[in-house]
Amino acid sequence: MSALESPQEDVLVSVRGLKTYYSLRGSFGQRLVGREAGHVKAVDDVSFDLYRGEVLGLVGESGSGKTTLGRTLLGLVPATEGTVTFEGEEITHKSERDLRALRRRMQIVFQDPHASLNPAMTIEQSVGHPLTIHRIARGGEYRRRVSEALETVGLAPAEQFLDKYPSDLSGGQKQRAVIARAIILNPLLLVADEPVSMLDMSVRAKILELMLNLKREFRFTYLYITHDLATAKFFCDRIAILYLGRIVEMGPSAAIYDDPKHPYTKALLRAIPEPDPLRSVPRDLPRGEVPDAASPPLGCSFHPRCSVAFEVCGWESRDLRDLLEIRWAQLSEAEFEAERSTIGDIVPLDAPSTSFRLAAGSGREGGDVLTLLETIRRETPDEPFWKGVRKLTAADRYVEVELFTPLVPRLLPLGSSQVECHLYDHDALQEAGNRRAETL
Amino acid sequence: MSVRALRVYYGTLRGTVRAVDGVSLDIGAGEVLGLVGESGCGKSTLGRGILGLLPEGAASDGEVLYNGQNLVTMSDKELRGLRGPELGLIFQEPMTRLNPLMRIEEHFAETLKQHEPSLDNREVRRRSLETLGRMGIPPTRFRQYPHEFSGGMRQRIMIALALVLRPKLLIADEPTTSLDVIVEAQILRILADLREDFGTALLLITHNLGIVAEACDRVAVMYAGQIVEEGSARQVFSEPAHPYTRELLRSTISLDTTKLHSIPGAPPNLIAPPSGCRFHPRCPDAMHVCVTKAPIEQALDGSRRVLCWLHGPAGEVPDDGWSQLERQQIAVAEEA
Amino acid sequence: MAATEPTDRAPVGSKRRLGGLRRTLAPVSEARGMTRTMLWFGAGLTLSFILIAVFAPVIAPYDFDTFQANGQRFAQLEAPSADHLMGTNVQSTDVLSRIVWGTRTELKVVLVSLFFSITIGVPLGLLSGYFGGKLDRVLVLVMDALFVFPFLLLAIVIAFLLADKVGQGILTAAIAITVVYIPLYFRVVRNHTISVREEPFVEAARALGARPFTVIRKYVFFNVVQNVPPLATLNAADAILTLAALGFLGYGIQPTDGAEWGYDVNRAVSDAASGIWWTGLFPGLAIVLLVVGLTLVGEGLSETINPVLRKRPKVDVDLGSTSEDEAGIL
Repeated sequence: MSALESPQEDVLVSVRGLKTYYSLRGSFGQRLVGREAGHVKAVDDVSFDLYRGEVLGLVGESGSGKTTLGRTLLGLVPATEGTVTFEGEEITHKSERDLRALRRRMQIVFQDPHASLNPAMTIEQSVGHPLTIHRIARGGEYRRRVSEALETVGLAPAEQFLDKYPSDLSGGQKQRAVIARAIILNPLLLVADEPVSMLDMSVRAKILELMLNLKREFRFTYLYITHDLATAKFFCDRIAILYLGRIVEMGPSAAIYDDPKHPYTKALLRAIPEPDPLRSVPRDLPRGEVPDAASPPLGCSFHPRCSVAFEVCGWESRDLRDLLEIRWAQLSEAEFEAERSTIGDIVPLDAPSTSFRLAAGSGREGGDVLTLLETIRRETPDEPFWKGVRKLTAADRYVEVELFTPLVPRLLPLGSSQVECHLYDHDALQEAGNRRAETL
Repeated sequence: MSVRALRVYYGTLRGTVRAVDGVSLDIGAGEVLGLVGESGCGKSTLGRGILGLLPEGAASDGEVLYNGQNLVTMSDKELRGLRGPELGLIFQEPMTRLNPLMRIEEHFAETLKQHEPSLDNREVRRRSLETLGRMGIPPTRFRQYPHEFSGGMRQRIMIALALVLRPKLLIADEPTTSLDVIVEAQILRILADLREDFGTALLLITHNLGIVAEACDRVAVMYAGQIVEEGSARQVFSEPAHPYTRELLRSTISLDTTKLHSIPGAPPNLIAPPSGCRFHPRCPDAMHVCVTKAPIEQALDGSRRVLCWLHGPAGEVPDDGWSQLERQQIAVAEEA
Repeated sequence: MAATEPTDRAPVGSKRRLGGLRRTLAPVSEARGMTRTMLWFGAGLTLSFILIAVFAPVIAPYDFDTFQANGQRFAQLEAPSADHLMGTNVQSTDVLSRIVWGTRTELKVVLVSLFFSITIGVPLGLLSGYFGGKLDRVLVLVMDALFVFPFLLLAIVIAFLLADKVGQGILTAAIAITVVYIPLYFRVVRNHTISVREEPFVEAARALGARPFTVIRKYVFFNVVQNVPPLATLNAADAILTLAALGFLGYGIQPTDGAEWGYDVNRAVSDAASGIWWTGLFPGLAIVLLVVGLTLVGEGLSETINPVLRKRPKVDVDLGSTSEDEAGIL
């Protein structure tokens, strides 16, 4: 991790090799026999530093692990491996009891303002509860500080809100109250988990503005977790793009938005609907959806959706199934039936593998399957999957498919950013060249 | 389809909610119309009101004309016959609309056979697979259950289920809100292509101005139960005529945003909406007339119309009505 | 809710506690139609029994075991008359008096048993649901084991076991019923706790640094406890039946300790054959009425408080109210 070294005194939070895995509850049968159903790598080997006074954006889609990362950082979810250092103090392996004192200095604002306030407590009780928990203020002082916090977040005059219940407030007002509760102890770090995504357009700007003002006034450090690149662009100094638990690109906002490197970042930026009637919805979008984190793709997690993926990106059996199915969706029923009957069972392809057999349909031979595969290859030569094919050999009843071994991408510095993509990895490019030569 | 002076009111204990209050709208064949507004402005109610899908305790009047028939006065049975083959609806959360115990195949068979009982199984299968294929769902997954599909796939299935009956008009209520941005764009692509692929008109209800701008031909902006501006997407977005449209566009955070902007105040409650123009308490251009008299719809160049005194009719404005309204400071407390 | 009222009271005032209760019960005042009728009718019935119990010494003409007045023994099995409005039974005691005093016994037992089962069942459910893990598994196992027994059998066994040590009084009967109902509260509270535990505001409380017990007390409890009143009322109805059944079978309150309807009904069984209806009818009717009253309140409460069963009150809409501001449109 030498690439990440930086002046230590400016670092508020330092994350190194952080992994958070959730174990899966298996099926009823698996639980009966006491077998582990495997785990989801929600956060998979993430390292970064958060500097004092900066706003770092963690941007990702659902399943990217951004929320889990934020929770792990605060010790709300136990880390599986790696360390989080807060103000020089290692917190990943602290007990809940020891963490409690630390919570004064790090706070979180949740996505859903309607659910993050206790419906049975008044605004005064909710916002002031941290003062009671940490035995900081009571009586008149308590009331004064709660009023002060409410007025700081724009809920003024505070008297109007103290006795209200969350259900009496609008979404924006609730989110203000949640922010008031988070800042009442004057923390150093504020983790904001999608703080505006459930609010209306005209309210979002107000909440973001409030958060920016608070930052200026109190020098907070923010970790801004979001799926929305537009608000992140406005709000953040630095951005980390997450995909399936890994940081795929990280750098200063300007670099990320003006010159995105990773194909995923590029796709995300293209996909945002802009209020510009001269644009129309883009057609060249990555296909498919974020895969299941319980069994992520081999190699680079993004390769099945990437239009520029090549030899080393991690091609595997599941990609062949996807390729066949995408093709079949476009064929007429008769054409589909013809091709479908040539190939046998495709379910075995679901077990990820780089060397496997594609069975022939009943009454068909390996040669028929190979001919079909070659036809498909001829018709869709631009399909990146074919780059990953090392050898196709027809046998009696099946085709032996051999793919190139996947390389796992590395997060490498590139200009002012870091990118985890083989396209920018010299070694990977070279290896790909060798492999290409091999198939010719 | 043309909607004339449609009103939908809900009764609640606190009073009558005027969710849709005098809305007129035309949707041409094969057209993509965007209906945009903030939450609580009545846009979803309007979408359901058009199809006659209103909950108990709601009352509606006005006209929803489809092929010369008025849907508002139609019986439930007649409406049910229209829904499906003529008018389709796509909801926000696809999972709640698919029966978890039924295979995709059965969903299609049930829908098709309900409306076209004469179809045989082969034909059902052919038509379902064809529609699904166009949505990008492979035929190999025809016999799977809803839970085996991802969120985007389910929404594709829902769209396919609506389209398999070849409706003339599809109403999509926030069809992409629960989806990731790339999948959202994929779905929008499908919806924007409906006209070429199926000849279906689309009413796209959303709060996202970006979606409307990219996917729609025309756009209607809704505020507090009324349509305040309607016109071609290009015109409305490049030179908004209504102050609300302009302010909403300015407060939208996009990649080009360099300065945050917001509309003061909060959307009014629809039980007792403000007098005169419903936007006047938040409008930076409000004049004295806006407080007292409700604006009269004005047609602008082309097919545009706007509900704002700034565009007249001048004859209706009293002499002292033109002066700018003094803005009193709105406390944050009153806002969202 | 009065909005502007700057006071210097302690942050958690009694007024605000009541405010929370008022919010919980707010749907009750909004109840309409059938539910409203059920609630009011049930509440009326229940309230009259409570009044009877409270003012028993005033209302009852005699004591529950009085069989003579002014040195003169009452007639046995006397039909209802001006002296004895509901007649007398085989022991020459006044049936009306026994029913009035019996009301007191029934409500006492129910109150004591509810008190115990709630104070034991609710906290156990909270702990089990919030912490989960081994504690949860053990508690669920124990409670389910209790659930498996037919509840009457269980109550009988407990009443029998306690009879030697505590005697066959109100306390024994109450404990026997308590044990039967603890698993009910435990289950309901535990299941709700498990779902409330996943709410963001509970996680927020953890993020604030609150101790687990603070979280349970201030964040979980109030959001779970609103399920208890409907359950408690329904249970009360059930408890009356259980108590009456115990009394009927002879395991309930001893006749020397107090009047009890179930016991009276049992004694009346043989009377019925000889056409003496008043000894059986009146205690039976009392049981039915009180149980019906409590059940109606309970069902009404759960229908109004439980959001799943709650129906949006239907209010008629007057579309004719075209105000002048609509004239401009179109």
